[in-house]
Amino acid sequence: MHTPAELKYTEEHEWVKLEGKEALVGITDYAQGELGDIVFVELPAEGKAVKQGEVFGTIEAVKTVSDLYAPVSGKVIATNKSLTDHPEDINKSPYKDGWMIRITVDNPGEMEKLLNADGYKTHVGAEH
Amino acid sequence: MSGATGNEKKTALYDKHVALGARMVPFAGYMMPLSYSGQISEHKAVRNKVGIFDLSHMGEFIISGPGAIEAVDHLLTNRLVGAKPFQAVYSPMCLDNGGIVDDLIAYNLPDGVYLVVNASNIDKDARWIQEHLPAGVNFGNISDHTSLIAIQGPATLEFLAPLMDQPIAHLRTYTSVRAQVAGVDALVSRTGYTGEDGYELYVANAHAPELWDRLMELGQNIGLTPIGLAARDTLRFEMGYCLYGNDIDETTTPLESGLTWTVKLEKGDFVGRNALIEQNHRGVPRRLVGLRPDGERSIPRHGNPLRIGDRQVGHVTSGTFAPSLGMGLGMGYVESDLSRPRTQVTIDVRGKDVLAAVTVLPFYAYGSRPGRRKA
Repeated sequence: MHTPAELKYTEEHEWVKLEGKEALVGITDYAQGELGDIVFVELPAEGKAVKQGEVFGTIEAVKTVSDLYAPVSGKVIATNKSLTDHPEDINKSPYKDGWMIRITVDNPGEMEKLLNADGYKTHVGAEH
Repeated sequence: MSGATGNEKKTALYDKHVALGARMVPFAGYMMPLSYSGQISEHKAVRNKVGIFDLSHMGEFIISGPGAIEAVDHLLTNRLVGAKPFQAVYSPMCLDNGGIVDDLIAYNLPDGVYLVVNASNIDKDARWIQEHLPAGVNFGNISDHTSLIAIQGPATLEFLAPLMDQPIAHLRTYTSVRAQVAGVDALVSRTGYTGEDGYELYVANAHAPELWDRLMELGQNIGLTPIGLAARDTLRFEMGYCLYGNDIDETTTPLESGLTWTVKLEKGDFVGRNALIEQNHRGVPRRLVGLRPDGERSIPRHGNPLRIGDRQVGHVTSGTFAPSLGMGLGMGYVESDLSRPRTQVTIDVRGKDVLAAVTVLPFYAYGSRPGRRKA
């Protein structure tokens, strides 16, 4: 399981990468492994406001379906459209090609509530 | 997330799966490989080429002694009496009320009737069968000593035939032979759960690891791929084969679940016959059907309610993305009046209404399996 140290994580297995006043969001390597082969992703429209801890989309794997939770509050400014034709990118490259949405970060203080890499590793370790 | 209790059994091939990097999960009391390289690629390997499965979690019983065939026949809806030596019969085994205790394969072997049952039902079936056997008929549970390796896919014969000590190409589906595979004694059966041509190899646990190693080595050139339970499920699903615990259980009868062809009401008395005669006479209240959503990006899931307008008319029992068809599909029960193909129903997929059409099974009709259906 790969868990980059520079990212922050939710207990629901999203990662977030802060880039200035914006953030990239995806799901973790652990999550993609648990889900298995991913076949569809439903992402919000650009411009939509998302709120920390609330559902912003869904991810369908062959076997199961899972909600996606916003790690921080903000407005969606871009979605990864290549996932429509290549949802397998989430399995192959969860932290890079498999990114899902880019959002504005309305309240940087919300980042404090997220887990760091070690905290996330402990969290998924405890989940086993 | 994995839900293992630590008390799960390991098959004789457990170490092989771990060495191959399989994702191991608890299933029916065993730690089993869910997938190796990825479930979609494994699924396609079986549809296009050939795959190898460890199915050693399945249960095996031997019923022997005078009258064993008749005694087992009395527990099955299908006809075992009259089966030729080494012939296999697929059958539900029913409660008195017609509900399905389990679905199984029965082989007429020289040393007795060999039953292959679902792993999750081994203990229940053993009790049920022993309760119903007459004195003088013996029951043996050899599940813990028996391994099952399946080879499935259109290239199965091309791969397997050169490794056998005798010809197997002439075997019809649902027949078997005792033979050596790569030097290992096995019961070799032309059966499977994938819709493709294939053979299932029953061997003693002691020989399973060496057989697995030889098959994996000899299969390299042809592209033999290890297949986990996840792909096994999508392969059987595309064929509309019932999965016990999802599509059939003690609350469903074979007449409701598309298994009418396995119910031989005219064969004489068997457990559940009266209830099935009565249901057949009164009319089957619901039927298992295929469900094809209008939108390609909706995937029905187990438990989703089926509605017409505001009225619930059934539920989804199996639903998944079908890799060979590239879309989500479902199987489920609907009231019999609504079971005709092209009937429109609404699937409640996590609160979202998805229009779907009732469709005939199997979903996937292009498999390499000889013959038309499961028996």
